[in-house]
Amino acid sequence: MSEPAQDLAGADLIPTLSPEETAAIEEECAHLPDRESAAIDAMMIVQRERGWVSDASLAAIARLLGMSVAALDSIATFYNLIFRQPVGRHVVMLCDSVSCYVMGADTLRKQVEDHLNLNMGETSADGRFTLLPIVCLGACDRAPTMMVDEDLIGNVSAEQLAETFKGYE
Amino acid sequence: MAKGNGKTSAEAPLIGVIEAVGGAVDLSAYETHEGYAAARTALASMTPAEVIDLVKEANLRGRGGAGFPTGLKWSFVPQGDAAGSGPKYLVCNADEMEPGTFKDRYLMERNPHLLVEGMILGAWAIQASHGYVFLRGEYHAAYRQLQDAIDAAAAKGYLGKNIFGSGFDFELRIHRSGGRYICGEETALLNALEGKRAQPRQKPPFPPASGAWGRPTIVNNVETFCNVPAIIRNGAEWYHELGIGDDAGTKLYGASGRVKRPGLWELPIGTPIREIIEEHAGGMQDGYALRGILPGGASTDFLVAEHFDLAMDYGTIQKAGSRMGTGTMILMDDSICPVDMCRNLEHFFAQESCGFCTPCREGLPWVEQLLLDIEEGRGKEGDLELLDRNAAFIGGATNTFCLHAPGAIEPLASALKYFREDFEEHIRTGACRYR
Ligand SMILES: Cc1cc2nc3c(=O)[nH]c(=O)nc-3n(C[C@H](O)[C@H](O)[C@H](O)COP(=O)(O)O)c2cc1C
Ligand code: SF4
Ligand code: FES
Repeated sequence: MSEPAQDLAGADLIPTLSPEETAAIEEECAHLPDRESAAIDAMMIVQRERGWVSDASLAAIARLLGMSVAALDSIATFYNLIFRQPVGRHVVMLCDSVSCYVMGADTLRKQVEDHLNLNMGETSADGRFTLLPIVCLGACDRAPTMMVDEDLIGNVSAEQLAETFKGYE
Repeated sequence: MAKGNGKTSAEAPLIGVIEAVGGAVDLSAYETHEGYAAARTALASMTPAEVIDLVKEANLRGRGGAGFPTGLKWSFVPQGDAAGSGPKYLVCNADEMEPGTFKDRYLMERNPHLLVEGMILGAWAIQASHGYVFLRGEYHAAYRQLQDAIDAAAAKGYLGKNIFGSGFDFELRIHRSGGRYICGEETALLNALEGKRAQPRQKPPFPPASGAWGRPTIVNNVETFCNVPAIIRNGAEWYHELGIGDDAGTKLYGASGRVKRPGLWELPIGTPIREIIEEHAGGMQDGYALRGILPGGASTDFLVAEHFDLAMDYGTIQKAGSRMGTGTMILMDDSICPVDMCRNLEHFFAQESCGFCTPCREGLPWVEQLLLDIEEGRGKEGDLELLDRNAAFIGGATNTFCLHAPGAIEPLASALKYFREDFEEHIRTGACRYR
């Protein structure tokens, strides 16, 4: 789902969450001692819907939880998996930790960058892929590894990249 | 992948049922193999103190890395009126971000009910009404398995109100992490659980006295909880006999790197390093020789040839100057440059520092830069002494606010000892022979 246009234009000054997002956040709050404790859950819920947490989403979440936008943003920026910038339709995360390093992750990284024609941290012009490094994915016996969206892929080889990425339009 | 080598679930309490079922274990398969029998028995006929004593007697030690005795930790939780008013919390550390570690994900994806049952027993022992699994955000398959297991157990009355008709209530929920290595440190984890930045907390007070939301809290690793049901079913003596040396039980050992069969095996705790590498992992791939291992994840000191006959248990590995850590070893073969491997490791630790204290926030990036310079031929005379000094300072257990920094420096400090000539050669020749 893409971010509503008013978020970008800033024309609509009352940021909103969808009823589903609000319900999911309220469900978390109901099981926690106070509303602020749901801050991370809330941002992850919104990100799962929209791909990232925009300024407008952040403001809407802060209002729902009764906390300041600045406090919420300081939490957002602490965590690796909360994106404060838009990402492509598919996020490719390449493991750069030690077991994958031993199994050739540095070479693989260059191959993936060439294949997608992207550097680490970039999103393709057609909005299809964002390429990011990630720490150990807990599949070191199948190093080198990567994660595309929610799919863990092991024993990644340069030869199979075209085949692997085919499934992600 | 994980192999118990045809052992029964009595010999391989962690993965025996997975092997018997031949894949992911659902509720009915779990119950066919004695699943939830321990929880049922304990809640019906054991007092919390009896459960704690049995876990103590079994000498179960934490599988999250530090090896702290689990029963002893549970006994620190105040009971009855001493606990004051409000909930007590039981938290499972399922963050598993230690590079080179892949055991907890396996357990949660294949046998989530084992973790749920272990947590029910832990909750009964400390009389916790609320539990959380603090799960790595990237563990999507584990999340789905675990959430399904929790829902299935709750539907049968094994979680929630009045579980097993005992009158005891325990609600279990999953927190999916926003992602940061420091979340695995137990007090940082509690801050993250409370929705805050994952900065470690001052200790004392320790979590059993004041943890989540200021209430008594126990944090244990996934594998630790998974050991509890079989201990309750089979007793402490049985558990002792599973181990080889001083420690009790089995351990999920792993090996990654250029071995023939990287993987995970449930073996008696105290199995020798060489047996894990040669018998279970199949030895090195053709054309590669083993130079060193990180025995239990990225934050443990290198061990080298002189250590390979040692037993993988807490005491033996510690005496050798390292730590058993998570028990999943990373192998460094002779095609890998030790300087560059240390650069990779310190890059991780520098990036994952929470930034609260100076030696860690400033020291680790400095170390990473020195290693990059040496690797790329810009090393200068005096750089090794600078690395030595940083290693000693950052590694001094009382110089930083938490154990992230000392752990971060362990692989480097040991590499400077065992592979010093590689560092010296880089500086002398201005080149890396592995490139
Ligand atoms: C920087 C750091 C990261 C840690 N990461 C983890 C982790 O991912 N999983 C884990 O179980 N323990 C981790 N620990 C250890 C925990 O702080 C804690 O000791 C452990 O969860 C206790 O469980 P146990 O007694 O069952 O081993 C980490 C410790 C430090 C200092
Ligand atoms: S050592 Fe200090 S800066 Fe490093 S992670 Fe711990 S508290 Fe944070
Ligand atoms: S180091 Fe890459 S999956 Fe563990």
